[in-house]
Amino acid sequence: MDLPIFLIQILNSVQYGLLLFLVASGLTLIFGIMGVINLAHGSFYMLGAYAAFTLSSLTGNLFTAIALGVILAVAFGYALEWVFFSFLYKRDHLQQVLLTYGLILVFEELRSLAVGDDVHGVPVPASLSASIPLGSTMTYPLYNLFISAACLVVAALLFVLLRCTKLGMMIRAGAANREMVQSLGIDINFLFRVVFALGVALAAFAGMIAAPASSVYPGMGNQVLIICFVVVVIGGIGSVIGALVAALLIGFIDTFGKVFLADYSGILVYLLMAIVLVWRPEGLFRENAA
Amino acid sequence: MSAPRRALLILAFLALALLPLLAGKFYVDLFAKIMIMAVFAMSLDLLVGVTGLVSLGHAAFFGLASYMVVLAAPDQYAPVSLWTSLPLAVAASALLALIIGALALRTRGVYFIMVTLAFSQMVYFVFHDTKIAGGSDGAYIYVKPQATIGSWSPFDLGNSTHFYYAMLALLVLTLGLLRLLLASRFGHALRGIRSNEQRMRALGFNTYAYKLAAFTLAGAIAGVAGYFAAVQFGVVNPEMASWHQSANVLLMVILGGVGNLFGAIVGAFALVLAQDFFSSLTKHWLLPMGAFIILVVMVLPRGLIDTLQTLRGWAGRRG
Repeated sequence: MDLPIFLIQILNSVQYGLLLFLVASGLTLIFGIMGVINLAHGSFYMLGAYAAFTLSSLTGNLFTAIALGVILAVAFGYALEWVFFSFLYKRDHLQQVLLTYGLILVFEELRSLAVGDDVHGVPVPASLSASIPLGSTMTYPLYNLFISAACLVVAALLFVLLRCTKLGMMIRAGAANREMVQSLGIDINFLFRVVFALGVALAAFAGMIAAPASSVYPGMGNQVLIICFVVVVIGGIGSVIGALVAALLIGFIDTFGKVFLADYSGILVYLLMAIVLVWRPEGLFRENAA
Repeated sequence: MSAPRRALLILAFLALALLPLLAGKFYVDLFAKIMIMAVFAMSLDLLVGVTGLVSLGHAAFFGLASYMVVLAAPDQYAPVSLWTSLPLAVAASALLALIIGALALRTRGVYFIMVTLAFSQMVYFVFHDTKIAGGSDGAYIYVKPQATIGSWSPFDLGNSTHFYYAMLALLVLTLGLLRLLLASRFGHALRGIRSNEQRMRALGFNTYAYKLAAFTLAGAIAGVAGYFAAVQFGVVNPEMASWHQSANVLLMVILGGVGNLFGAIVGAFALVLAQDFFSSLTKHWLLPMGAFIILVVMVLPRGLIDTLQTLRGWAGRRG
């Protein structure tokens, strides 16, 4: 493998890993704080991608679409926690699994009724449609670099939010000890709603920003969901740092696996999970949440 | 078991036994399929209801055994013997369950759910991404496995009625064996693990080994169901190992009510008939199906059987 191809694979790995992180961080936070296993989390990624498709063809501009989409996602997440998820906290995991599975079916069919089952593409904005030459023959699309950069910015903002703000302090405290936070007089219901809306917005943002680079297709959420479970298991439930490390690890293993192993690459990610389970069944970063 | 309950059970069995005499081929095939799913659901109930292990990857064992019907045949047109290919398929499923279980049982609770889901997805990808048995398209089974012993052929799996009675026998056999198992020391240990694992360990039980044994046995029985599902459908594809299949069977278990095996059977009937009903209504049947799932779990968290008994209790007090 010569240098430009190697470089391209590295860029692809980082891009995939960061996108996974955005989806998985919400999943791990929602579980860490509310104790809810949310199978419908992948649907938010799918809905984000379809929102990017619909809104960018309406507004004619991807960036406007993403801004609008994030606002919609926050509102949607806030409302969904209110009308649906707040009923799940007292249920056991088995019921949470089935209820959120039912929700996936509802989301997929509503999407099918609204925009159909076709595979769509979202045009790359003109300002980012250039390609960067790598070596003598290879090029790398500028938009893919933009995805990585935007994900990095969002990830950094997330860490600032969690580490340096009062809200972040409450979220971290909630992940560590929910009852204690409640007894300190913090409005836990509000906190849950904010965390859920944040998780939905992160997943939807990942779906929107990835849409021009990949295609938009039915069932895309489920594929992401299951890989994100692997991310959460490897990283440790409730740990955002763990999710970042695990997501990047999976990004690299999956991307390079496709280069070297082709057909069997899909298995590598799960083998990694098996190794982590043997070595540290509680995940790499279980102790320090966030 | 109470007398009215036993009477109900015998009545249900008689109704199933007489069905092929009264109903057409469509219903005979449909109910044979339901009985296969009931065996599948009972195997999961052994984990979910009895041992308290919520697995979201049970379709892996079902799917692997279905593929073994194709993989056991030297080519697509050569008949295989039921008596060699079935044990082979079940052994493969049991082995897979032993490996996945050994890893997944190192975790508990929500981790266990995610890990079983992830490993079953790995099995799905093996069949989907590689060229084994037709890749993502799956493969057809042109010749049903032969049940001949020497020159004697007790039944023909290609015949709907024969197949139906074979599945009825399988259902009764599985139910009987599992009930015996639950009444044994092993079954009591599993129930003990569900209610308090810490305590079972303190009593000197190697709970990991018990759970692994239950997981392997459940995988093997899921394999039996998967084998006959492939024989009935005449086709295998990666969807048989997909997580939708795992979620479906979990739904059957909770729909009927967990822990007593009868619930799994009732749940299998209710879910397959509900799917059949909704899919006859509209192309977008997953929408009412999803709403149905949410409604059932919200309103009847303990399942149909328990709810019916509660209702009867109320009626009894009033009357």
